[in-house]
Amino acid sequence: MYVIIAGGGKVGYHLARELLSGDHEMLVIERRSARAAEIDDRLEGAVLRGDACEASVLDGAGIARADLVAAVTGDDEDNLVVCEIARYRGVPRVLARVNNPPNSLLFERRGIETTVSATEAILAQIEQELPVTSMVPVMQLHQGLELVEVRLSDTSPVVGRTPREVLLPPESLIALIVDSGGVPRVPGADTTLTVGDALVVVTRAESRGMLQEALIGGAHGFDT
Amino acid sequence: MGCGRTGAAIAARLDGDGHDVTMLDLDAGQFRRLPDGFRGRKAVGNGMDMDAMERAGAREADAFVAVTQGDNRNFFASQLAREVFGVEHVVCRVKDPERGEIFGHLGLRTYSPTSAGAEAILAMLAADGPA
Repeated sequence: MYVIIAGGGKVGYHLARELLSGDHEMLVIERRSARAAEIDDRLEGAVLRGDACEASVLDGAGIARADLVAAVTGDDEDNLVVCEIARYRGVPRVLARVNNPPNSLLFERRGIETTVSATEAILAQIEQELPVTSMVPVMQLHQGLELVEVRLSDTSPVVGRTPREVLLPPESLIALIVDSGGVPRVPGADTTLTVGDALVVVTRAESRGMLQEALIGGAHGFDT
Repeated sequence: MGCGRTGAAIAARLDGDGHDVTMLDLDAGQFRRLPDGFRGRKAVGNGMDMDAMERAGAREADAFVAVTQGDNRNFFASQLAREVFGVEHVVCRVKDPERGEIFGHLGLRTYSPTSAGAEAILAMLAADGPA
């Protein structure tokens, strides 16, 4: 898979690092020369200095054969332009980082389906680096739904129970359980929740408080 | 949106012709470009901000013109006007002709001062005949 990332800031850089460790071909386009030089070494030379909002720069990056373009700059207008040009060039999947959450409406109207709010993404990065039990927003879905990840510690009230016994907020669902060994499982009747499990949960933003109480207990962890 | 020289000239003309005009700019100082007798509204705000657009009356607008210095800002605000506020007539200034052409294919009416200027200058030279 060939992935082009527009924007080599913190989000773009970390995304690129993740992809490098996988089996993907990847290129980061960064406008600022100094930043491009800074990340070039660390990304094994997969950095192109240029403005990804210019069609000729994207063409030079080989956008015609890209499988995915992720526009993750700090400016929503730039991300929209990159996505629109990418789609016009026939890229099958385009993904935009949305910095100002209300703007996700416009991306949705333009048919750019996967939008990730930066506020959440940055928070996610910070939270992932913290060893404490916490709730990490993963992705915004449609109609106010979102994906969050909750890691269970030994103080969690749900450890030892089955997913069915857990009382979740309305319209919330444990979609996936990844155990401490990194093995994903679909929750079933005979699944027992264990310390170290990461639960991927579909919920509503307004239900986070209730969800936290149900899965983590107490009043620490997630706070905007 | 964008009270530079172009924006102010368009607003002044439309106002003079009896249209109901709102000028939107981030910087209130820019409104100095509007003529003294301008009867329209002057709204301080960002055309890429949905609340600011709402307050400026985008929902009731028949036309929206984006002429800030930023191609991407103009594009974003124009798409917002069209897709979210349902404005019927939208014109977007795009300096980069390449970008302008693609935006045009996406259904947005764009104007490129770069291409138009180059064409005009070339036409003047051509009118002078071969050197």
